[in-house]
Amino acid sequence: MATVTPQVAPAATPPAAAKGRPRRPRVWRGAVLVVAALYFLVPLLASFVFTVDDPSEGFTLDAYGQIFSAEGFGRSLLLSLGLGVVTIALVLLLTLPAMIAVRLSAPRLRTVLEVVCTLPLVVPPITFVAGISTVLRWGPDYLASTPFYQTIIAVQNPDFPVVLVLAYVVLALPFVYRSLDAGLGAIDVRTLSEAARNLGASWPHVVFRVIIPNLRSGLASAGFLTLALVLGEFTIAQLLSFQTFPVWIYTISGSQAQVSVAVSVFSLLITWLLLLVLSSAGARQRSGS
Amino acid sequence: MNGARVEFRGLRRRFGATVALDNLNLTVEPGELIALLGPSGCGKTTALRCLAGFEHPDEGQVLVDDKDVTRVPANRRDAGMVFQSYSLFPNLNVRDNISFGMRVRKVPAARRHERAQELLELIGLPHIGGRYPHQLSGGQQQRVALARAIALEPRVLLLDEPLSALDAKVRVTLREEIRRLQLSLGITTIFVTHDQEEALSMADRVAVLRDGHLEQVADPATLYDRPATPFVAEFVGTMNHLPGTVVGDRVEVLGQSLPIDGPAPSAERVEVLVRPETVLVTPESDGGALVMVSSFRGSTARLRVQLADGTEALADVPGHDALRLAPGTKVRVSLVERPVLVAPGTETGDVRTAVPEPDVV
Repeated sequence: MATVTPQVAPAATPPAAAKGRPRRPRVWRGAVLVVAALYFLVPLLASFVFTVDDPSEGFTLDAYGQIFSAEGFGRSLLLSLGLGVVTIALVLLLTLPAMIAVRLSAPRLRTVLEVVCTLPLVVPPITFVAGISTVLRWGPDYLASTPFYQTIIAVQNPDFPVVLVLAYVVLALPFVYRSLDAGLGAIDVRTLSEAARNLGASWPHVVFRVIIPNLRSGLASAGFLTLALVLGEFTIAQLLSFQTFPVWIYTISGSQAQVSVAVSVFSLLITWLLLLVLSSAGARQRSGS
Repeated sequence: MNGARVEFRGLRRRFGATVALDNLNLTVEPGELIALLGPSGCGKTTALRCLAGFEHPDEGQVLVDDKDVTRVPANRRDAGMVFQSYSLFPNLNVRDNISFGMRVRKVPAARRHERAQELLELIGLPHIGGRYPHQLSGGQQQRVALARAIALEPRVLLLDEPLSALDAKVRVTLREEIRRLQLSLGITTIFVTHDQEEALSMADRVAVLRDGHLEQVADPATLYDRPATPFVAEFVGTMNHLPGTVVGDRVEVLGQSLPIDGPAPSAERVEVLVRPETVLVTPESDGGALVMVSSFRGSTARLRVQLADGTEALADVPGHDALRLAPGTKVRVSLVERPVLVAPGTETGDVRTAVPEPDVV
């Protein structure tokens, strides 16, 4: 906008109007941006200063160095990432086919699906975990003589607690539903799939070659929100006593306050990186390559 | 490439309480362009979707070249389709869109691209192969959709109101282009539309549907001049209903005696159906009629005239007469001397237009 060459300028719209209009919104935009930035940056900066400022030595990055050597860091981070990946796979496997099917052949069920998927939002995690732990506690007694006994033990394997995946799938449903619904709303699923069918495509071909490629940004945001949720979920993991990343941060904060804050800053950076990667994947789809 | 023969045999389809198709019987000859015309909800799109395989009739069969395809899945049918809404795959460029069907059939890439380029030239857009759908205008998108539909050389082409999302000028040029392509490829084409002008100008034959059954199928001129039923007369073009009296095998209307088209009805009081362009209007101070409204359309002007007995009639007069026939002018109204259709009288003479006037004249 700013670099308009002199040759084309005279033909353009009256310069006063063109220049004068955006100015007022720009002031407001700036003000809002500053307030929002303060809200987010002040705690961040405070955390950062806390981690690098040693009362005796002054500036030091020791706390960050200690993260990687801290007991349990790698294990809990990998566990949380693993849980996140499996949760994303499972929740997409559950919702995407259901949502496509509902859009294509049962539009009336859409509200039902929406309500079901949004429901977890109104159930507080504490209620949720109370239910789960009750089942886990009582289940073995009732199922002792059946094959399910083994199952209920297996899902609580501390190396990979499947029960957390199941819980996170439920928690992630509203976010995944919203993202995918927006994505599916942006394309005309019915017409596109009919066009593809008409050109000889089988149903799997329609889903994988037509719908999913056009849903990339919706899928990316669903995946990102789920991952962020899993990486940040504390209540359920703590009360079922599994050592996920947030639980580990909480555990070490008692003994090494500086390291725990450093970990928080560090995990924020990781999350931002992931967000950047995912949103650029979505942007690439727009430009169409 | 040759067209197939398509036959709808006793199709019935109901959605809940509404009957979309009610015993539809229609045969489309090879290489013919037939337009399915009717008001919305008349079942024309349902019929097309039954042929494409997106809809299954409750009863009846769809035959292509005498083979029953009623239960064949949509992806195994030999019919290309162009949709009402833009249906290009947003993630693929134009070339890949056109060659989508060939890719499904595992045609080698080189052959695919060659064919896509061939089709791009056919639709007059040879340079846009690398562009994405969102970079194209609506008319271009529908052209590409057309190219995609004929890429596999189907024997039937289905057009589901492909022009309704476009603006008037593009609509007219594109419909001429579709017709040109269809004639040169000799492909059997079924064109669904609610626009009577589109149907009349493009089709070899027009099938008028009403409430899921066939009202009349005929070539455009016959349909316009000799509508088989009052519904067709209303729906295709505009009709005046003037009170008349049957005398022998002629009918008295507006003081004139005109021959009756078809058998003379037994009733004496009848409605005479006349097109606005067969109504002649001449300025005359004691003519008994009065011009109420005049809408100028360039080459013609449509007048709403109040007759001596209080009924109203529409008349199309040459555009250059519009000035001397301005509203408020006293006029004489007469009819062109030619056979007219009559319907059993309802004693009310008025003008009815079943569809909104087309915005392209």
